[in-house]
Amino acid sequence: MIDPKVLERHGLKPDEYDRIVAFMGREPNLTELGIFSVMWSEHCSYKSSRVHLKTLPTGGPQVLQGPGENAGAVDIGDGLAAVFKIESHNHPSFIEPYQGAATGVGGIIRDIFTMGARPIALLNSLRFGSLDQPGTRRLLEGVVAGIGGYGNSIGIPTVGGEIAFEPSYAGNPLVNVFCLGISRASDIIKGVASGAGNAVYYVGAKTGRDGIHGATMASAEFDEKSAEKRPAVQVGDPFMEKLLLEACLEVMKTDALIGIQDMGAAGLTCSTTEMGSRGGAGVEIDVSKVPQRETGMTPYEIMLSESQERMLLVVKRGREAEVERIFDKWDLHASHIGEVTTDGMLRVKERGTVVAEIPNRALTDEAPVYRRPMTEPEYLADVRKLDLDGLGARNARVSDQTGALLTLLGSPAIGSKRWVYRQYDHMVRTNTINMPGMGAGVVRIKDTDRALAMSVDGNGRYCYLDPRRGAMLAVAEAARNVACAGARPIAATNCLNFGNPERPSIMWQFAQAVEGIGEACRALDTPITGGNVSLYNETDGKAIYPTPVIGVVGLLEHADRVVSRTFKAAGDAIVLLGDGRGELGGSEYLKVACGLVQGEPPLLDLRAERALQDLLVQLAGARLVRSAHDCSDGGLAVTLAECTFDTAGIGADVSIDSVSVASDAEINRAAALFGESASRVVVSAAPDAAAEVLKRAKTAGVPARVIGRTGGQELRIAVGGQLAISVGVSEAERAWSGAVEHYFAKQVA
Amino acid sequence: MKFGIVVFPGSNCDHDAYHATKHVLGQDAEFIWHKDTDLKSADALILPGGFSYGDYLRTGAIARFSPIMRAVQSFAASGGPVLGVCNGFQILLEAGLIPGAMLRNRSVKFLCQQVHVRVEQIDTPFTCAGRKGQVLQMPIAHGEGNYFAEPDVIARLEANRQVIFRYTNAEGVITNEDNPNGSAAAIAGLCNETRNVVGLMPHPERACEASLGSADGLIVLESVVQSLRSGALIGQA
Repeated sequence: MIDPKVLERHGLKPDEYDRIVAFMGREPNLTELGIFSVMWSEHCSYKSSRVHLKTLPTGGPQVLQGPGENAGAVDIGDGLAAVFKIESHNHPSFIEPYQGAATGVGGIIRDIFTMGARPIALLNSLRFGSLDQPGTRRLLEGVVAGIGGYGNSIGIPTVGGEIAFEPSYAGNPLVNVFCLGISRASDIIKGVASGAGNAVYYVGAKTGRDGIHGATMASAEFDEKSAEKRPAVQVGDPFMEKLLLEACLEVMKTDALIGIQDMGAAGLTCSTTEMGSRGGAGVEIDVSKVPQRETGMTPYEIMLSESQERMLLVVKRGREAEVERIFDKWDLHASHIGEVTTDGMLRVKERGTVVAEIPNRALTDEAPVYRRPMTEPEYLADVRKLDLDGLGARNARVSDQTGALLTLLGSPAIGSKRWVYRQYDHMVRTNTINMPGMGAGVVRIKDTDRALAMSVDGNGRYCYLDPRRGAMLAVAEAARNVACAGARPIAATNCLNFGNPERPSIMWQFAQAVEGIGEACRALDTPITGGNVSLYNETDGKAIYPTPVIGVVGLLEHADRVVSRTFKAAGDAIVLLGDGRGELGGSEYLKVACGLVQGEPPLLDLRAERALQDLLVQLAGARLVRSAHDCSDGGLAVTLAECTFDTAGIGADVSIDSVSVASDAEINRAAALFGESASRVVVSAAPDAAAEVLKRAKTAGVPARVIGRTGGQELRIAVGGQLAISVGVSEAERAWSGAVEHYFAKQVA
Repeated sequence: MKFGIVVFPGSNCDHDAYHATKHVLGQDAEFIWHKDTDLKSADALILPGGFSYGDYLRTGAIARFSPIMRAVQSFAASGGPVLGVCNGFQILLEAGLIPGAMLRNRSVKFLCQQVHVRVEQIDTPFTCAGRKGQVLQMPIAHGEGNYFAEPDVIARLEANRQVIFRYTNAEGVITNEDNPNGSAAAIAGLCNETRNVVGLMPHPERACEASLGSADGLIVLESVVQSLRSGALIGQA
C-alpha cells in the first residue's frame, strides 16, 4: 500500500524510504510513515543545514544552554538566566497574514516558557515586497495586527524590531519573531522524558485536523472529505496560551516536573520523540486519551496535527494530583495520555492496540543528513560590478544631496516605523526603558540593577551581493545596536531564511552565510545559542534574497545608564566613532536614489568592530555619552538626521571630510554622506566630556573626531568644507514620520 | 494601607499594578484571585488591565460574572475605592458600576502610546492629590477605548461632574487630534455617582517612574493613599 505516490505525497525520497525499512526491519504502516515524514522533514531534521550549522560557535562561559533545546540560555548574573530564540513563520503568514503571524508569536513564546522562563520581551523582523503594491499593504496590515493581537493579549511587550521592503519578498514575506524570557539559572527546565513509569500529560487546546502535513491527506486511507475539513492555517488562541503560560510556570515551581515541551511543528509526534530521545527513554501514549476537537480522528491525524497551544509534560510518579490541581485552578484540563518507558521506543496505541512503534533514535539521531552540492550563483559576477563614475551622468539627483536625504528619510525602509510599533503594546510589564524606534529594545530586570538590550538585524540586499559578508554585517549591526544602548553583547540567535536548498546556488548562499555568521560571532564573542532555519522560501521558482536574521542580546550593568538614539541638549559635541570609506555598494542610497542594487557590501574589520563596541559599553558605563546611534541604512547623513528626531527640534551643524571613490566630486560627496561603511557610530557628549571621549577612543584604538555640535533648528552638513545638506529638522522629521504611515492614510481618505 | 489587585484569567497588568503600589508607592498590596470571594481586607481595589477571558464575546463581558465581582460590587456599594484601568474599566462598564460602553478605536487599530489627560475633578479618591486642570502624561494601550454613551447619559455625567479625565494636548486643550480613540467628549476617565468607583483608560501604573517615560501616574495612586489617610472618603459625605 505504500507506493511511490504515497511517498511523494509525504515528501520522502525512495532511498529515504529504504532507510526507514532497514531501521524498522519491516515496512512501516501509514501512521508510522507519517511520523517519519514529519520527523525527517527539512523543518524538523535540519537535514540540509545541519552539517553547516555544526560549524557555528555555540559555547562560552556565559552559555547555560546551547542549541538543541527549545531555546538557548545565557548567564546574566545575580543567579539569573536570559532564555531566548528567534523563529520564522514565513509561509503561513503569506497565506493568512493575521493568523500566520499570530501563531508564529505563540510558538516562540511557548519555546521560552517551556524552559521555565517568564517571557518578558518580543522583537520581530519582517520583510515584505514594495509598499506601493496593495497586496503588500494588506500583508503588512495583517501581519502587524496578528503580532499585536497575540502579543498584546498575552501581555508580553514587543519592544523593537526591524522591517525591510524589497521586491524579492513580494511573493514570500518573512516573519521572524524573537522572544526573550528570564528564569533563575538553577530553574531551567528541559524537554526530557525520563524515569520509567513517570506520567506523560497533555494539556492545552484540543487536537483538531488543522495543520496536518497537507500533502499527506489525500492518501488512500482518507476519503476526499477529510481534506475539506482541514483549515489551511492554524488559528491562534492567545487566551489559552496565557492560561498555559501562567499554569506551567506555577507547575514548574513545584519539583513535580521531569520535563516539558510544547507541541509546535509536527505536534505530538515531535514532542514525544524529542523528549524521549533527549532523556534516553521511550514514550508510550494512547491517542484515544488525547483531547480531540473533532470526531473520528485517526491516529495518523492526531499524531501529525499542528493545533496550537498544546504542551506535553512528564510528571513524577505520585505527584500527578498536585499538577492536575494547578491546571484545574487555571480552568485547564491535564490529560494523562501515557508513560515513560525504558525501551527507547515511540509507541502509539489506540484504545490499547499498538498502531505505531518506532525507535526514537531512528526518528532523531538517524535522520538523514545531506551534504548538498553547492555552486556560486552566476548572477554575482554581474551585480558586483559598480561603475560609480557613470552614476552622475545617469542620475541628475546625485547633485541634490538635501533632496536625496529627504527621499531616503521618506522611504519605508528608513522612515519611522511608528505606524507599526504603536499597534504593539511595548510597555506592559513596566520594564521597557528604551522604547521602539530609539535603538535596541531595552528592558530592565526588576529587583536587580541590570537591564537587557536586544536587537534583530539582517540585510538581504547585502547578502544577495555577498552572502558571507552580508551575514557578518548582520551580526555586527545587531551587536553594535546593543552596544550603542550601553550593553555588552553576550550571545546571539539566528533565523536563516533561504530558498530551495536542493539548488546548488542556494546551498552555496546558505553555506557562505553560515560561515560569515560563525566568523563574526567568534570575533564578537556572541555564541549562537539556538535559532531556526527556514528554507524553500520561493515563489514560482524565484528565491528571496538570502536573508540571515541575527538577534543579539546584551547585558547592561546599570539600567539607569542606558543610552538612546536622540540628541539630548543643544551645544553638545557630536563625535563620529569609526572611519567612513564612502562605500556605496549595495546601499540604500543606490537603491532609492539611483535604482541600483549593485556593488559589494561594505567591508567589515571584525577587530575594529569589536574595539568600537567595547568602547561604546565603556563610554555608557562612565556616563560620558548622551546619545549613540549607529550608521547603517542611508549612511552618516541619515544617522545624523535620525539623532535630531524626537528631540523637539535639536538640530546639528556638522562638517565631514569628502572621500575619493569616483572622479566626480558630487559622487564623492554623496558617498561621504550616504555610504554605508560599517563600524561607525555617532555619539553626542556634553562639551566638557568630549575630550575624555576622544581620549578613551584613542586608547581603545578607535578612530574618533568631533564633527560638529548639536543645536539650532536645522541639520547642516558640510562635506569637504562645502555645505551639502541644509534642511529644517521639522521638515526632515515630517518626511521620516510619514514614510510608512502615508501609505495607509491614503486608504482611509 | 493595602491595595487588593484582582486577577482574572487573562489579566496582564496585574504585576504592573502590584509593582507600582508595593514597590514604587511603598504600600501593602496583594493579589486577589477571581474565583475567591474574600477581598483579603484590602482598603482599595484595582481591576487591572489585560484581556480577561481573552476579551472573547466582548471586552470585560465574561469577567464581570467572576465570583469575586459580587464582593467587588458590595465593596463599591459601601463606598470603598475601586479603580478599573483599561480592561478593568471595561469590566466596570459591563458590571454596570459605571454607565456607557467602549467601541473599537476609531482607527480600528490597537494603540500603544503616551497621551495627555487633564484632571477634571479632584473630589474622587483617585484624583484628590492632583490639581484641577493639571495635565498628566500616561500611556494608553488598547484596541477598544472609544467611550460611548447616549447623549442624555453624557449630559447626566457632565451634570454630575463624573468626567474626571479628558484627553487633551500637552497644554491641556481638547483637540480632535489629541483624542486618540475617538471617545465621546474626549472622556478618558469616569467615576460613578458616589465618586468612589473610577474607570480610566490610560495606565497610571505604567507611569510611576521617570525611567519608563513618566511618573505622573503616581498622582492617581497617591490620591488613594491620601484620601484613606484623611479618614473619610471623599464624595461620601
